[in-house]
Amino acid sequence: MKYYDKLIFELSKPGRRAYTLPAAADPSASFSIPSGLLRAEAPALPEVSEVDVVRHYTNLSQMNFGVDTGFYPLGSCTMKYNPKINEEIAGMPAFQGLHPLQDESTVQGALEVYYEMERSLSAITGMKHFTLNPCAGAHGELTGLMVMRSYHASRGDTARIKVIVPDSAHGTNPASAAVCGLSIVEVKSNANGLVDVEDLKPLLGPDIAGIMMTNPNTLGLFERDIKEIAELVHGCGGLLYYDGANMNPLLGVVRPGDMGFDIMHLNLHKTFSTPHGGGGPGSGPVGVAGRLAEFLPTPKVEKGEDGRFHIVDDAPMSAGRVSAFMGNFGVILRAYAYILMLGKQNLAMAGKLATLGANYIKESLKDAYKLPIPSVCKHEFVFDGLIDDGSATGKPGATTLDVAKRLLDFGYHAPTIYFPLLFHQALMIEPTETESKETLDAFIDVMHVIAKEAAEDPDILHGAPHNAPISRPDETMAARKPVLKYWDGIS
Amino acid sequence: MSKIVEGLLYSDSHEWVKVDGDVAIIGVTDYAQAEMGDITYVDLPEVDDEVSQGEDFGALESVKASSELYSPVSGTVVAVNEALEDAPELVNEDAFANWIIKVQMSDKAELESLMDAAAYAGITG
Repeated sequence: MKYYDKLIFELSKPGRRAYTLPAAADPSASFSIPSGLLRAEAPALPEVSEVDVVRHYTNLSQMNFGVDTGFYPLGSCTMKYNPKINEEIAGMPAFQGLHPLQDESTVQGALEVYYEMERSLSAITGMKHFTLNPCAGAHGELTGLMVMRSYHASRGDTARIKVIVPDSAHGTNPASAAVCGLSIVEVKSNANGLVDVEDLKPLLGPDIAGIMMTNPNTLGLFERDIKEIAELVHGCGGLLYYDGANMNPLLGVVRPGDMGFDIMHLNLHKTFSTPHGGGGPGSGPVGVAGRLAEFLPTPKVEKGEDGRFHIVDDAPMSAGRVSAFMGNFGVILRAYAYILMLGKQNLAMAGKLATLGANYIKESLKDAYKLPIPSVCKHEFVFDGLIDDGSATGKPGATTLDVAKRLLDFGYHAPTIYFPLLFHQALMIEPTETESKETLDAFIDVMHVIAKEAAEDPDILHGAPHNAPISRPDETMAARKPVLKYWDGIS
Repeated sequence: MSKIVEGLLYSDSHEWVKVDGDVAIIGVTDYAQAEMGDITYVDLPEVDDEVSQGEDFGALESVKASSELYSPVSGTVVAVNEALEDAPELVNEDAFANWIIKVQMSDKAELESLMDAAAYAGITG
């Protein structure tokens, strides 16, 4: 990998540029901007030639790691390969040039995609209606909880202010509940890593708005007691929310709607192969059972009797608007292409292959890494650090962080580490269905090499990565004393 | 094994209290700072803020996590340790020497619900 660490500002030379503009017809024209809003000095923007810009960003991009460059077993993130046909379709000028304020008579095709996508997701999940408006997973959670609140409020059931969240949940679950004005009650996991039904029972009552669950949960384990949990939560008047982050292994096999869930979100950018990482853009559609449909956000797309599609904003019981228009259409389009490409049968293969791959890695590595819960997993699983961390050598033992850093030397993206919080040395691996047996075997070999290094000389791991452009940034100092600007002169 | 200081009172959310007349000097325990890891920010209340026993009055942030601070007593904040604004690492360096807030207690009887050093050692051991 070529080492490159320049900022675009460092390339700047006064007067260097990549364009020429004709002289202004009237240099004194003020464009009616009030003088108080005019800059006294030109902004300190970098001044560079076109080739400088191209080389700068090309060099930076080559230091990037993505699913297009290597295996990316980042647990809970479902970094599956993004088929290029998705990009080709999303890049079609007829889609790319759309504006959300165009008259609906000129965007019938796009509205049809929207309408059909909703129906596809309903068929896949067993939820009656969907909104595609939320722009990411946590945005979907918030939207779903707003629907939950609106439902209870519509019944005058205003005492329901608590949401139950398992201790294995994604951190976004309690965060979304708090943003929605609800308070959080934690339910514990049992020794098998599943929600403890006995711990749940005493929490249920007239103040419970609902429970948020991820199934399979963040340990990659299927919540077997889900039917009983659904009965208990419904019995106390609460609703069940399904966090769709881990939907991948269930595609075409089991539907959240059939498990008893009332509200759910999907992460199109995970489960349906659209690019993600680096903060977006994502898409977090929310599906609901029939009795909750009237609370979904607006606008939505409806199909008239004449076969034409209409954008409808009239929904008096709606929880409100959650995005400026109708979500990240480009992401929705890619995911729709993926669903149509695979079809029902092949979608059902995706989750099974992801599950097979995860179990294959788990069984192949459990001789070197602690496996806290030895049951069959779904698409991902969690180790709790090394079996032999090398501390017998008298040196400090190698931690999960050290293993993750060492993996970078071998050209792999690190798995998710220190999550879920149930285990102190959590190392969460999710291979996804798009990886071949050869790729999985190569990764397993490297993980064994690292375990052997740790046992013999943990310092090799402590110093890792040895081959990356940057070794170990001082994260603590970066958080305590962040330097957020290039020039001191920038205010 | 984390350090525990004799003569202080402890809450089950890992705050310590040193009683000085009607004022409670409050910090977090060595166990808490060790669990948090390198602390990067201390979110402090303001002087004259009201606090209640068991309610949060601020937060600690570390590279690993963010954790709320719960007041072991009720009353009025009379001082905050402003040194922690610029040097949150002081909590890691010595959690018992670097107090976080001082509270004028409104109900000293609340102190009876707190643990002594031996009882606190029991829940962190």
